[in-house]
Amino acid sequence: MSGILALVEHEAGRPDRLSLEALTIAGRLGAALGTPVHAALLGTGADVAAAGLGAFGVATAHVIAHDRLDAYAPAAWAVALGQVVDAGSFDAVIAPGGERGTEVLAHLAARAGLPMAANVVDVEPGERWKVTRHRWAGSLLEEAWLDGRPRLLTVAPHGVAALEPSSAAPPTVVPLTPVLSDADLRVRVSRNVPSATDSVSLTDAKVVVGGGRGIGSAEGFAMLEELASLLGGAVGVSRVATSLGWRPHAEQIGQTGARIAPDLYIACGISGAIQHIVGCKAAKRILVINKDADAPIFSRATYAVVGDVHAVVPAISAEIRRTRGG
Amino acid sequence: MRVLVCVKRVPATGGQITLTADQRDIDVRFLGFTVSPHEECAVEEAVRIVESRGGTSAVLTLGPESAADQLRDAMAMGIDSAILLETDGSDWDPGATAGAIVDAVRDLEASDGPFDLILFGNESADSGGFQVGIRVAVALDRPCVTGAKGIALDDGSATVRRQAAGGWEEFDVGLPAVISVREGINLARYPSVPGRLRAKRKEIARITPERRPLGPELIRLTLPVERTATAEILGTGPEAAPRVVEIMREIGVL
Repeated sequence: MSGILALVEHEAGRPDRLSLEALTIAGRLGAALGTPVHAALLGTGADVAAAGLGAFGVATAHVIAHDRLDAYAPAAWAVALGQVVDAGSFDAVIAPGGERGTEVLAHLAARAGLPMAANVVDVEPGERWKVTRHRWAGSLLEEAWLDGRPRLLTVAPHGVAALEPSSAAPPTVVPLTPVLSDADLRVRVSRNVPSATDSVSLTDAKVVVGGGRGIGSAEGFAMLEELASLLGGAVGVSRVATSLGWRPHAEQIGQTGARIAPDLYIACGISGAIQHIVGCKAAKRILVINKDADAPIFSRATYAVVGDVHAVVPAISAEIRRTRGG
Repeated sequence: MRVLVCVKRVPATGGQITLTADQRDIDVRFLGFTVSPHEECAVEEAVRIVESRGGTSAVLTLGPESAADQLRDAMAMGIDSAILLETDGSDWDPGATAGAIVDAVRDLEASDGPFDLILFGNESADSGGFQVGIRVAVALDRPCVTGAKGIALDDGSATVRRQAAGGWEEFDVGLPAVISVREGINLARYPSVPGRLRAKRKEIARITPERRPLGPELIRLTLPVERTATAEILGTGPEAAPRVVEIMREIGVL
């Protein structure tokens, strides 16, 4: 049996968004090679999620269950996924590009001695397979040969569209109880600790007010907080503001911080390094306020105000108050 | 505690990336060099662990002779010693990189004893392969946790914390272990001037690594087609405020 195998992560009985993106690439490959798409699922609710995967082009779902897999364990997941791979003859194994999908596939690759391409956005199968993948978090694309059988790849988060459901027959469900050793289970989630904060989340905010080096000091962020609170939004920062200790890392937008997608991103005193841009380019609109008219971030701006943030931002807050009062 | 931290020299890119004519590299003629922010924090974490628990720390990189600069930066932050796996500077795939690191770790451990912890950045800033640390852990048969935003050490074990949906997940692992860290686990210090002077005088152990390519095999690099916006200029200075607020109402954020 040949086929494309996709690792599907799920929540509340539904595949998650990154898994639907992985299924987009799996579906394209399956169509190009004339071979069926299989899915592998683990964890509580895997059976429910598996039953709904026909709508996403999955012909066969491998539901992996084991009484020692109640908590997430990366190496054990990889070993179990490897047992699905060994039982079939797959052309490719595709994982979603989140933290779990990536580390599980890397464990599988390391154990099998196979190459792995992370954050792929396009695949051209052929005598050798050519992949296009993200470098620099998507600021640069790499074309590369990906060999080995099966080919192992993860799909860049939001690098391809999520697969839309269609009406189709439910998949054939194949249960699997993997053989696991103690060593496979030595890293597993020991406990979950809920987050304490309940402020507007950066990644969900409709408006984000961002500040960078141009804000000049930790105290300077008070005016951004004021504007964010008037707009019901969140404050975000560039890397320099966290490395100077002005703001906590949790507020950082960029390659090593949060990826935001608000209706409006107001970038104040931010020059626009590529590492910051990859974190904010999904914003619907970007308003740039900067006194340096040559700052690279202006090339990303929907709206621009050239001026000192210390004068412009308080003036905007005052104008909002004035027009609300009137 | 014996701690090894692995880093990678990468260009400090600014507002845009320019490629070389053969499209196999970034044009670095006008760029400085650094390491990934994740790795800077891994170095800081190694220094803090040795400061609080005693022991020694070492930094390792695979790269050209010029990558000695990044090793000295790490020693200026407080790392005790450095190892350079010296290459011609060409692009090594993640499997080849991991293989060379495993060879070096085995040699270093045979002569000086085992490392309790091997730290990596979660992914390199440039190629972002997300796998070297895991490959090293699997080859050495050690537990591996990625994405670490907190490491609490106890005798012979570590509790590693990382972000998960709705909060945090924690892993208790035995030592020796391999942990890859994310920026935000700490705030990396700036090297002191005496630290820099000390680092300048230190020897760097040099090893010529064996290259066993695995893939993916680089064909070429391209720049993504980005929509570059033509901005609507709303004004200059605080006089722009009324127009800004008008726009906010138009687009429905006010």
